[in-house]
Amino acid sequence: MEIKERIKEGLSNKIVSWDEKSGRRIYFSVKKEDIRDTVKFLFKELGLRFSIATGIDTPSGFEILYHFSFDELGIFYSVRVLIEDKKHPQIDSIAPIFPGAEWIEREIWEMLGINFVGHPNLKRLLLAEDWPQGDYPLRSENES
Amino acid sequence: MSHKVIVPIGPYHPLQDEPEFFQLYVEGEKVVDIDIIIGYNHRGIEKLSESKHFDQVAFLVERICGICSSSHPYAFVLAVEDILGGEKSVVPERALYIRTIIDELQRIHSHLLWLGLAGHFIGYNTVWMWAWKYREPILDMFEMITGNRNNYAMYKVGGVRRDMLEEDKPILEKALDELLPALDLFRGAVMDDPVIKARLKGVGILTKQQAIDWCVVGPTARASGINIDVRRDEPYGVSDRLNWNVIVEKDGDIFAKTVVRILELYESVSIIRQCLDDMPGGPIDSDVKDIPPGEGIGRVEAPRGECFHYIKSDGTNRPVRHKIRAPSYMNVASNKVAAVGQTISDATITLAAVDPCYCCTERVAVINKPDNKKILNGWDLIRLSQEKTNKVKEDLLNAGPG
Amino acid sequence: MDFKLKALTKSIWVFHVSAASCNNCDIEIFDCFTPRFDIERFGIQLAGSIRHADALLITGIINRKCAPRVKKIYAQAPKPCVVVAVGQCALSQHMFRFGYNAPLPLDKILPVDVYIPGCPPKPEAIIDGIVKLVKKLRGDK
Repeated sequence: MEIKERIKEGLSNKIVSWDEKSGRRIYFSVKKEDIRDTVKFLFKELGLRFSIATGIDTPSGFEILYHFSFDELGIFYSVRVLIEDKKHPQIDSIAPIFPGAEWIEREIWEMLGINFVGHPNLKRLLLAEDWPQGDYPLRSENES
Repeated sequence: MSHKVIVPIGPYHPLQDEPEFFQLYVEGEKVVDIDIIIGYNHRGIEKLSESKHFDQVAFLVERICGICSSSHPYAFVLAVEDILGGEKSVVPERALYIRTIIDELQRIHSHLLWLGLAGHFIGYNTVWMWAWKYREPILDMFEMITGNRNNYAMYKVGGVRRDMLEEDKPILEKALDELLPALDLFRGAVMDDPVIKARLKGVGILTKQQAIDWCVVGPTARASGINIDVRRDEPYGVSDRLNWNVIVEKDGDIFAKTVVRILELYESVSIIRQCLDDMPGGPIDSDVKDIPPGEGIGRVEAPRGECFHYIKSDGTNRPVRHKIRAPSYMNVASNKVAAVGQTISDATITLAAVDPCYCCTERVAVINKPDNKKILNGWDLIRLSQEKTNKVKEDLLNAGPG
Repeated sequence: MDFKLKALTKSIWVFHVSAASCNNCDIEIFDCFTPRFDIERFGIQLAGSIRHADALLITGIINRKCAPRVKKIYAQAPKPCVVVAVGQCALSQHMFRFGYNAPLPLDKILPVDVYIPGCPPKPEAIIDGIVKLVKKLRGDK
């Protein structure tokens, strides 16, 4: 079965929306509670490669995009989650599934202030030790 | 004897151009754990991008890294062109060829640079000098085509900024012809040298499963048997029209990483030659005016692996969000498993084997050591590595032929 | 003019520090030591430690994490030690100066003796800067 069909079938009860921007760029949304199972399915069962995750501060909440690459055909499957609670944003960490996600979750935490529950080592990655706590550079209240 | 000694490499070490701080926890001679602290290079580029318009961002991202000065702007313009419908639908033919030529020339200069540094770390200073000497004509080619040895300012959304002149072509071909004997020299010097084999084989192994779990990319992944290369998986430029090979090795050690890089040099020369033969005339820019709202992802195979850019646009002339992920971000983290179990004298070459580009990773690390144990500095570690090579040479000589 | 510094102009040992740079300048500095430019024939060598250095070559914008360390390195350098700012980032923080992680340009942190502009400065420009430095130390015009 084609990879797209396998994803649609395997995550059928989790996919909230599906958007094919082009033949090689597919974005689909899941609820944030389902992220761990979704990533486990994509990484462990289907063998997609995790490329990186992107965190954005939007008016409706914090959006995280997890970009998975299906190298055989050169397609990106990007999983979108929305964290609506901006006061105490948090989401399950996917680092326990594979260690390649550890650094990016640390970076998103220090840049946007999203807590990754279950991360083995959530501490600063890029910013200086004396950077003020609670100041998240990529939040939109900080002017560019 | 077993007491924990913490060995800092960095942050400021003369031959590691980039500051990063590795803290190795050793027991006796063996490395038992490693802390990687980054952040010394963090310049807040993603945030700065949001305040510049799309044309300016290309200049900004060029300065993410001096060694992959072509990969970052290329991935960025691909991300924007993704919003517009894809590179092939926006960029004229001639520009595709020029983009590929610059990209592959960059790969040649980067791999030669790494070869030199790796040679230095294990004590082969001649390799260092020769690799960088043969790198100079490549930089001359860059200066001839783009106007600068580094920071080429060639990429813009919709094409390239400068055309290649017809009279430059034979000069470039001649430079490539003169490079090939040098590549043969390096291939022989590195792959047939018993001392180098003894130093690099079986050292710093990253198994295939580890490479998958740490999501590594580029030569680091290909040396561990993972057959990925963005130029083949998601072709850009003209990489899908030319004949070339993806080099994959299976041992995952430093020797495999070296072999992958050396053989890739030959492939790059071949790709550039084919581009020069097939390049058509025509415009080099399609004069893109507006970027519609949308999201785009662009990726290229930088010398270190997949370089990823994500752009979110709201229809204005500045990006709303620009995510940059350099290949070294994934590769350096994998040192956590590759360097553990090695001896101290192999530490520098193991850490260098992923070809780390910390400025790309935009990370800086800080390490505070709580205990006061015996401290060796980075200079000592390189000296240890070079001393080990001398010992290996002696042992091989004493062992005699056969 | 300091006698010791005058004597140093015969053979300057440089210590190179990359403080949040993109590495272009650093590579061009190393290029000076390779066969084509071969700055070692002028007696200029890379020092393994700041304590042996006569000149401190600094590249990069000096971000928040680096600034205390750069100060510490300068403090450890045996005086007299000249400071050379190499590259546009060390001069004025270039296009990163409005970023959140770029507190101060180099010459507000350390006393800079020589500025070598360029992005990156070509090895010829770096050598020219060093020659100007030597002349300045000798008191020539």
